[in-house]
Amino acid sequence: MSGTTGPHAGRDLITAYVTGDTTLPADAEWALEAHLENCAPCRRHVAEAVATHTPTVNTLLDRVWAEVAATAHDLPAPVRSPLLRAVRRWAPPSQLPWLLMSVLVVLSALGIDMLARERDVPSLVLLLAPVVPLLGVAAAWSQRLDPMGELTATTPRAGLRMVLRRTAVVLGVVIPVLAVAGGIVGVSPALCLLPCLAFTVGTLALGTVTGLRRAAALLGSAWAVGAIVPSLATARLSVLLAPESLPVWGLAVTVSALAITVRARAFTTLPGTELP
Amino acid sequence: MVRTVASADLAPTTYAWHIHARDLRVRAGRRAAVNGLDLRLGQGVHGLLGPNGAGKTTLIRSLATVLKPDGGELELLGRRIGGRTDLRSLRKRIGYLPQEFGYYPRFTLREFVEYMAWLKKVDARDISGAVQRAIERVGLADRADDRMKTLSGGMLRRAGIAQAIVNDPDVLLLDEPTVGLDPAQRLEFRTLLRDLGERACVLVSTHLVEDVAASCTNVVLVAEGQLVFEGTPEEVAALGDPRDVGDSPIERGYTALLARPRVRREADR
Repeated sequence: MSGTTGPHAGRDLITAYVTGDTTLPADAEWALEAHLENCAPCRRHVAEAVATHTPTVNTLLDRVWAEVAATAHDLPAPVRSPLLRAVRRWAPPSQLPWLLMSVLVVLSALGIDMLARERDVPSLVLLLAPVVPLLGVAAAWSQRLDPMGELTATTPRAGLRMVLRRTAVVLGVVIPVLAVAGGIVGVSPALCLLPCLAFTVGTLALGTVTGLRRAAALLGSAWAVGAIVPSLATARLSVLLAPESLPVWGLAVTVSALAITVRARAFTTLPGTELP
Repeated sequence: MVRTVASADLAPTTYAWHIHARDLRVRAGRRAAVNGLDLRLGQGVHGLLGPNGAGKTTLIRSLATVLKPDGGELELLGRRIGGRTDLRSLRKRIGYLPQEFGYYPRFTLREFVEYMAWLKKVDARDISGAVQRAIERVGLADRADDRMKTLSGGMLRRAGIAQAIVNDPDVLLLDEPTVGLDPAQRLEFRTLLRDLGERACVLVSTHLVEDVAASCTNVVLVAEGQLVFEGTPEEVAALGDPRDVGDSPIERGYTALLARPRVRREADR
């Protein structure tokens, strides 16, 4: 482009363009217009040049805007809260009731623990901690629990990242509540939170095969039968929640996380009869 | 308004057909709803006709990459749909209106379409413009900031069409888009369809034969999961004779075509 300095249009070129200089070659004018379409700083220079050299253009533009505003039926769309929009992109509204339910479960367990403080029984908060997030995780990527499931599944964003986003929201809500409840009851935070994490990651891993809803139901009932019922029946905490089991839980988290990375493709659709 | 032309717009297409199915088989539950279907569709508006249970919805769901083909071959925009396809780039170019679509009732119409645009990875800078354009095209601009739960059935249908076209898809799949639309809206919808068919491959499933006659360039008739007929609406109309059931030439042609495979099946026995 003639009269350019570096990647931008020169002032004299812009002035010639604005004043309608007839000596300006057509190709230079064309190139300048193409450049202006994608260059905000040069457009600003044009606006400045118009203001100084041909102020009549500005008065004409003002009049046109006033006329357009007078005839426009609709007001511009109101600016909605960007915060709300961001929240919805992380967690769809269909997940909210499940999250509330999870919090309520923890609070009820806490209430029962407080009532049974004098008696020597295992803490219900500790026993329920691993399965509390499963409600929300199941709702994160199940067609039946998400009204927009069918639409979501056909979009390019459907996939592991979306599932992880929604799972992160579940953990973001459940973990603080569990940590506080565990603190009040006086159980070790590691024993409270590591199994919880292991079950969440495990559900995602199993969910790549069976679908998250089924995986959550399977793991949840397995935990109820294998740990909650025996612990309550014998009034002694299951060995699974003894401090010595922590490495096993850590291993479970790692193995499940690896399985998810290998099987990530399964989340490209919602479970059902879908593409692999 | 950006006038510059992106290189992607000028790139030649590397496929002959937007939708190309060979001996396609798709199961809906246990039943083989699509059973050996051959189909080649390019740019234009294609009306998908067929009696209830003919496999229309199953076909559209498999084209929308919801259902996995059970057998045969399916190519969308030149990409073979199979275990190893990267569906993300393909899905960016597909628009889909399911027969029954769910929504979050507390979203406003604009938020709903905007959320779908975000899911479809529309460029963040273009989202608000694309959303407004899509809503205007379906004639809901005055209700854009009303909540979804306050919209009537016909409006919800149009909201569904808006989300399907928000990403300017190359393949647009509409399953029963005219259900619940009043006559005036159906006329507007036909205009919109013709407009969309100028640049995309639009497949519209319907059982309103007159909609097809008015707005489609091509008729695809399926029955029992197989292709019975493909041709122009005029060809369908020409097939009917006054003895066939129907109020208009195209309806008579439609019933004549549907009677055909039955006769052939009975002859096979």
